[in-house]
Amino acid sequence: MLEVAHLDAGYGDHQVLWDVSIRVADGEVVALLGPNGSGKSSLMNSVSRLVTRLGGTIVFDGVALHELPAYKLPRHGLSHVLERHRMFPQMTVLENLQLGAGPGASRDKVARGLDKAYALFPRLRERTRQVAGSLSGGEQQMCAIARGLMSEPRLLLVDEPFIGLSPHMRAEVDAAIRRINGEGVAILLIEQNVAVSLAMSHRAYILREGRVVLEGRSAELAAGDAVPQAFLGRIQPARPN
Amino acid sequence: MSEQLIIQLLVSGLGMGFIFALIAIGLTLIYGVMGVVNFAHGEFIMLGMYATYLAYVTWGVDPVLSLPLVVALMFCFGLVVYYVLIRRVLQGSMQSQIFATFGLMVFLQAAAQFVMGADYFAVRNSWLSGVVKLDGVVLPVPHIAAVVGASLATVLLYLLVFRTSVGRQLRAASQDAQAAATLGINGSLMYAFAWGIGAACVGVAASLLANFYYIFPRVGAVFVLLAYVAVALGGFGSIHGALLAGVLIGLMQVVIGFFVSSELKYVPVYLLYLAVVLVRPRGLFGRS
Repeated sequence: MLEVAHLDAGYGDHQVLWDVSIRVADGEVVALLGPNGSGKSSLMNSVSRLVTRLGGTIVFDGVALHELPAYKLPRHGLSHVLERHRMFPQMTVLENLQLGAGPGASRDKVARGLDKAYALFPRLRERTRQVAGSLSGGEQQMCAIARGLMSEPRLLLVDEPFIGLSPHMRAEVDAAIRRINGEGVAILLIEQNVAVSLAMSHRAYILREGRVVLEGRSAELAAGDAVPQAFLGRIQPARPN
Repeated sequence: MSEQLIIQLLVSGLGMGFIFALIAIGLTLIYGVMGVVNFAHGEFIMLGMYATYLAYVTWGVDPVLSLPLVVALMFCFGLVVYYVLIRRVLQGSMQSQIFATFGLMVFLQAAAQFVMGADYFAVRNSWLSGVVKLDGVVLPVPHIAAVVGASLATVLLYLLVFRTSVGRQLRAASQDAQAAATLGINGSLMYAFAWGIGAACVGVAASLLANFYYIFPRVGAVFVLLAYVAVALGGFGSIHGALLAGVLIGLMQVVIGFFVSSELKYVPVYLLYLAVVLVRPRGLFGRS
């Protein structure tokens, strides 16, 4: 469903991704792995059009995303839960969730989304009228995922959902992500912990210095020692010419 | 001191206060959503007042009737300013943003002087002129209209910003433009709206002011300086803050102008501003 081909991307003149190709199939969970600064978030942000593309293509179910501005992506079935949840702190949980449904969403869609959100994270229901900024970090992360689902995406991008969470909250968010995928939503995930990341995903890409250096089925990657090798830079990307 | 006098001062003070508040809310809305200070805000007032005046003398349309028209016109003018000018300097340095709106100020003032001349105009004998006498209390009608009109407009604005979907999107874009974009919110459209709504607020204020204030090319400066004070006092970007500070400033200058001296009426306002800025630089309701 998502095909990123030969993507070059950067911030202004500063290129951070070189010739990156990844894909996500229907219903799949795909993990992006790599050391800090390897370009995981930049890749995810390029897919959601927050980082400038310098070359290559990003196609999602036949739609050329690379030709669209960021705000048009949700209507094509792609939703991005940004790193550090990025809730609107001065707005209530309900307002945050309503915004997730997108501008001009029908009452039905909002109601449906809210039901799903509260089913996924029951504790959000008690927090509906609270300002998001007053929630705990874990609750805000839950709210951000719920907000990302309000637009009823087919592909959800989730950037470091577990960062700073208590073990209990981690377990809850982990279960929620599995459940979301169980309902047929494909997921592109960034998570620092390699073991967790590989356990949660079907396939994974390992990035280093802005290039894909390794890819494979998560179960196979977890079994071998290729991943630590790739992290340490002992596997070089195949470079054109 | 008589009760009548207190009521008179209160009405005048609130009238001016709500007008300051509306102007300040427009300013703070634009700043809050996109971090741009509109130095031409005073000239927006001037344009609204000339529009009200011209509608009155050219077609005999009373300010009460032309108000919605002036507001709509100012809304469109705000959009035009955004799309033609501001959008182009958004990615630029802060200096270029300052020069853009400052340049607009100079341009609009000069244009008004060129077209209308430097003469003072006034809307005379409009529906909202004269005074009403109630039980010994003498109240100027334009002041009552200012209180009613401006407070009504403030309520409408509150409903728009805090109770509608568009308002929600506007607040989202102002709190985190990138996160808003991932939720399908068109940031540029929201910026344009902020300029439209900000200018429309000024349109209401200008239309009400035209009933009792002279109109000349530099008239905006009289009001906008106090509106800047209201914005800083209330906290940059805070609508509640601008409202409260605007009303407070209006009341202060009328009360002090009466009891102390009209030459000194702004002194305590600026002293208060200075005190707040020194003790609490982010203003009364500002985010740290």
